[in-house]
Amino acid sequence: MANAKGGPAERRTSDRDAFARRVVGRPHRKVDAVAKVLGSTRFADDLALPRMLYTRLLRSPHPHARIVRIDTSRAAALAGVKAVLTGQDLPVAFGILPVSQDEHALAVDKVRYVGDPVAAVAATSEDIATAAVDLIDVEYELLTPITSLDDALRIHEPRIHDYAKHGNLQKVTDLEFGNVETGFAEADHIREDVFFYEGSTHLPMEQHAALAEWSPDGKLTVWASTQTPHYLHQRALARVLSVPASRIRVIACPNGGGFGGKSDPMNHEVVVAKLAMVTGRPVKITLTREEVFYCHRGRHPVLMWVKTGVKQDGAITAMHFKSLLDGGGYGSYGVASMYYTGALQTVTYQVPRYKFQGARAFTNKAPCGPKRGHGTPQPRFALEVQLDKIAEDLKLDPAEMRLRHIVPPQTLTANFLRVGSVGLGACIRKVVDGSGWTTKFRQLPHGRGVGLACSSYICGAGVPIYWNDMPQSGVQLKLDRGGGVTVFCGSTDIGQGSDDVLATIAAEMLGVDLPDVHVVTADTSLTPVDLGSYSSRVTLMTGNALVQAAERAREIVATYAAAKLEVPPHRLVFAGRRVFDGGNSERGVTFVEAVQLAEAAHGTVVTVGSYRTPTAAGRYRGAGVGPSPAYSYSTAVAEVDVDPDTGIVRVERIWIAHDVGQCINPVSVMGQVEGSVYMGLGEAVMEEMPYRDNRNLMHKIPSMLEYKSPTTLEMCDVVTYLVEDPDPNGPFGAKEVGQGPLLPVPPAVANAVYDAVGVRIDEVPITPEKVLRALKDKTKGGVPRFGPTRFPEVPWPEPIRVPPPWEGGDGSALGDAGRQRATAGEQPRTRRSDARQPAAAGRASPVSDREDST
Amino acid sequence: MLRLPPFTYLQPTTLKQALRMKSDAGPDGMYVAGGTDLYPNMKRRHQEPKVVVALGRVRGLRSIRADGPTGRRARDRSNRPTAQPPNRLVLGAMTTLTELAAHPHVNARYPVVARAAELISTPLLRNMGTLGGNLCLDTRCNYYNQSYEWRKAIHFCMKKDGDVCWVAPSSPRCWAVNSSDLAPVMVALDAQLVLAGPKGERVVPAGRFYNNDGINYLTKQLDEMLTEVRLPDPDGWDATYHKLRRRGAFDFPVLGVAVWVRWDGARVADARIVLGAVASLPQEVPEAARAIVGTDLSIEAVEASALAAFKPSKPMDNTDFGLSWRKEMTRQFVKRALLELRERRPS
Ligand SMILES: Cc1cc2nc3c(=O)[nH]c(=O)nc-3n(C[C@H](O)[C@H](O)[C@H](O)COP(=O)(O)OP(=O)(O)OC[C@H]3O[C@@H](n4cnc5c(N)ncnc54)[C@H](O)[C@@H]3O)c2cc1C
Ligand code: SF4
Repeated sequence: MANAKGGPAERRTSDRDAFARRVVGRPHRKVDAVAKVLGSTRFADDLALPRMLYTRLLRSPHPHARIVRIDTSRAAALAGVKAVLTGQDLPVAFGILPVSQDEHALAVDKVRYVGDPVAAVAATSEDIATAAVDLIDVEYELLTPITSLDDALRIHEPRIHDYAKHGNLQKVTDLEFGNVETGFAEADHIREDVFFYEGSTHLPMEQHAALAEWSPDGKLTVWASTQTPHYLHQRALARVLSVPASRIRVIACPNGGGFGGKSDPMNHEVVVAKLAMVTGRPVKITLTREEVFYCHRGRHPVLMWVKTGVKQDGAITAMHFKSLLDGGGYGSYGVASMYYTGALQTVTYQVPRYKFQGARAFTNKAPCGPKRGHGTPQPRFALEVQLDKIAEDLKLDPAEMRLRHIVPPQTLTANFLRVGSVGLGACIRKVVDGSGWTTKFRQLPHGRGVGLACSSYICGAGVPIYWNDMPQSGVQLKLDRGGGVTVFCGSTDIGQGSDDVLATIAAEMLGVDLPDVHVVTADTSLTPVDLGSYSSRVTLMTGNALVQAAERAREIVATYAAAKLEVPPHRLVFAGRRVFDGGNSERGVTFVEAVQLAEAAHGTVVTVGSYRTPTAAGRYRGAGVGPSPAYSYSTAVAEVDVDPDTGIVRVERIWIAHDVGQCINPVSVMGQVEGSVYMGLGEAVMEEMPYRDNRNLMHKIPSMLEYKSPTTLEMCDVVTYLVEDPDPNGPFGAKEVGQGPLLPVPPAVANAVYDAVGVRIDEVPITPEKVLRALKDKTKGGVPRFGPTRFPEVPWPEPIRVPPPWEGGDGSALGDAGRQRATAGEQPRTRRSDARQPAAAGRASPVSDREDST
Repeated sequence: MLRLPPFTYLQPTTLKQALRMKSDAGPDGMYVAGGTDLYPNMKRRHQEPKVVVALGRVRGLRSIRADGPTGRRARDRSNRPTAQPPNRLVLGAMTTLTELAAHPHVNARYPVVARAAELISTPLLRNMGTLGGNLCLDTRCNYYNQSYEWRKAIHFCMKKDGDVCWVAPSSPRCWAVNSSDLAPVMVALDAQLVLAGPKGERVVPAGRFYNNDGINYLTKQLDEMLTEVRLPDPDGWDATYHKLRRRGAFDFPVLGVAVWVRWDGARVADARIVLGAVASLPQEVPEAARAIVGTDLSIEAVEASALAAFKPSKPMDNTDFGLSWRKEMTRQFVKRALLELRERRPS
């Protein structure tokens, strides 16, 4: 049962719930807020060490070329230059996904986009390094650039990467869950639409920076603005530098925003580490804003085709979804991004039969990867705009129609995603009421309109990127005899508030005040592994790990306090910096005393906790993307003002409801919702990654001034409703909020534009040029629409057929082709005793080494 | 990060000193006022002065004073309002945009100037940026306002270090855009610009201060300094400025429309319509002005004028937004500016 914020949300009961929560769920200032506001937070670029050298990278001026010769002699001869590196010095390839180990710290034989790093200089000043880089002579043999999706399909040679399966198509997939043709035959109405979602970049305030130090005893330390210290540590540095992981320490500094742009191990991070080893001096790099555009890993531009069959009442009978992603020059998370464009269509409205065909192309542009919402805002845009059209075709209210067909809680979907709590209905009702939807929709004067869209997002990828049996998150908890509590966890605060989540849960469970909690995070030598700040996994996974560690700590403390107080341990309550009898609060000791009793009797009070996700239900190839311990839900209504003479769209207000399960800190949650709305708004109306295609395939506007992202003046009013429908898998029932609320914004805006002026803009960004063009076409009696009209021929593979649960499917594919296989040398997974879920074998990873080996 | 190249920084305190320092430096010298244009350009190495002569300490350049028909030259150096609003204002070149936008006399007598100033960039940049710097602003182009590495990758262009124009490759000239918001307003108002040079002072109308050439965009001599701007007598006319840009702050104009009309009763006796950001200079469109002269700004006259302004408006593909939409917007924005003036038509 869904509960609005403030309502009597149903909560998991345990002894601690006998008393009202004091910290969890109460608005409080984020623990790191004051330092941020005062400028005392130390970001990677704030760090300096004695004798530090500065690095600049020479980047490719060509989109696609073979490196014939590099002459670094002039640079090396410049006074102040201490080392020059080229690709030959770092020949080992790396990459975030096992299936795409296709990057080098410095290009070895080929460059694949303008901005691909080719050489690096370490010098005593940044000025000298900059001058030296300009003295490096590189001879290139130019290759045909692959500029677009059409090019990638048409031009098979030259290939950007030799490992791509079909010319310049990196990956193609075809998944079928039930027979969609049967579903279409049952439909009363069928629609086919083509959509395009433009790429965009993260634009974090902080530009990437890294500092490396090689100690005399042969240990490497790297400080970096990274969202994934663990992957940088194990998958890039250890691998490329041939230094054992045991001798490398990675410290992720607080990130000044990440949004997915700091989730890949980055070439400059490997370069400064190598330069530190070569020179024996600390080496630092801070990228320019332009270089951040080249690092990119942002939103994939995606072309989509959707065919949906519905009954008169809007019930979906079948859906067929095709997507084609423009991946840029490297793999990055791209194979996962591609699967994500087809994964979450099934978790909002019931889809009994579903077919997904996806492909990712390589092009000679900056590599795309995960950006807030990773691979799901694009299909969500297509789906929600199409549903708006369907509702109109069927003469149904789009909000009502959606409400009728929501996936019920505890559903196993056609593609075997296990959905837990579903607060979507409450979300729809909240924004419909709040926005005055029923008095506005199709009733506002020409030029004004409202639009509605829903969405859902994962609370952590259910399957780790690297096939392994270990927990995805670990926490170590230390209770100090002074009454302090220290939480050690590998999680990385990228501004999303993960430090605050840890402090809040620890304070709640141990009954201490927030200032008593110390949070030590993101240090591979000091903290247990957390896989990283991506896929909205941190609150749920580190939260659960911490709950486990805290329960264990309470157990230890309670044992000895109970003995002293002569009450049964289970009656003890931890609150107000005391440990006391729940039946008689007078009878208690201070928390400090309790810890001291425990330490005296038990020894140092340190506990650990860890978390692993529930086993995925799908067992077909590709089933690894989409499963999650829980799904968040959002609904947005946008109200827009469209100027019919100019096409300029002003988004006046967005009402958004988000089902977060349970707020850990409501102000943090609000901040994430508003931030997501802001980012979604930018994608909806202005952000673009234009490339100069006629000559050199360069990013045309790699600057904060010319890459248009909304300012505070473009930001709309936001009315936020927090829906708390606790999920049994979340800590205290908490789900995610960092990414999900972005998703409904672009389609809500597109639907509102249609309501305002009667033209369909089937692509983002919805720029004035496009709106005006569609309005003109409409006046001339043409199609009142702007958007792509065709989806190209793609060499799809044989479909992998997986019968949905209601057709007796067990999650496996029919026949051999689509089955997951265990790889030689890898044992089926077994569960450790401290894992929260029962053991199971044969988990799916779509992006593991074996995936493409067939 | 992007770093400034090394250069010599000079801080004269008198006009004479400044002029001498500048001529001593020769072609390697440049003036700097607020530096909000010059320094970013230097960081990207598309302007590379070896000597920078800062005008910030030169006495007498930062003022807003009256130059009324009574001959009263009531200086108001602290920019505090005098009891009686002065008639004609003379604006010192080093007046900041913030001062210009906030000054009560400017707002009372020349609201169009205050409005245009307020529409420039952001509060922080307006605190630094000056009137003189704005009127002398380097022309802009998406192929030019880029880092050294970016421009090197496209083999540079003729405005700096190269020999071809990437916007119009067969063109012998540079089409970089005059992107100042105050320039079209000053041209529309027929403001008089005072230039101080080694050979003394001269006064040029704003309309003759600019060249339609992205490289040699100013008609002034290299060493000449803009010292002040003399505004016309504020009576008997009305003017407005409309700016088109993607976002409500921060962005340069992709189109500016400045309209000035002199009223004769409810009829337009004289008019000037000037387009900003569609050419290398603030572009006067006399045919658009002619379409409203003699009319009472009837809807037909407004439409005719908007169409007449639209025709010669030829933006190039070197700013934000597509050029055909920008051209089309000329018509809309001229129309809107005229309709605003029509609202205020004397009865
Ligand atoms: C992000 C950003 C956004 C901007 N947006 C806008 C905008 O929307 N509209 C707009 O009009 N401008 C904009 N600007 C440009 C600039 O900030 C303003 O035009 C400002 O008024 C320039 O004044 P300044 O004093 O800083 O000029 P400076 O940088 O000091 O000088 C600019 C040029 O004028 C010359 N110069 C300065 N003073 C004199 C003088 N007295 N005599 C002779 N030559 C002189 C300098 O040599 C230099 O070539 C923007 C700038 C930035 C960085
Ligand atoms: S208009 Fe042409 S020459 Fe001028 S700056 Fe732009 S590209 Fe260069």
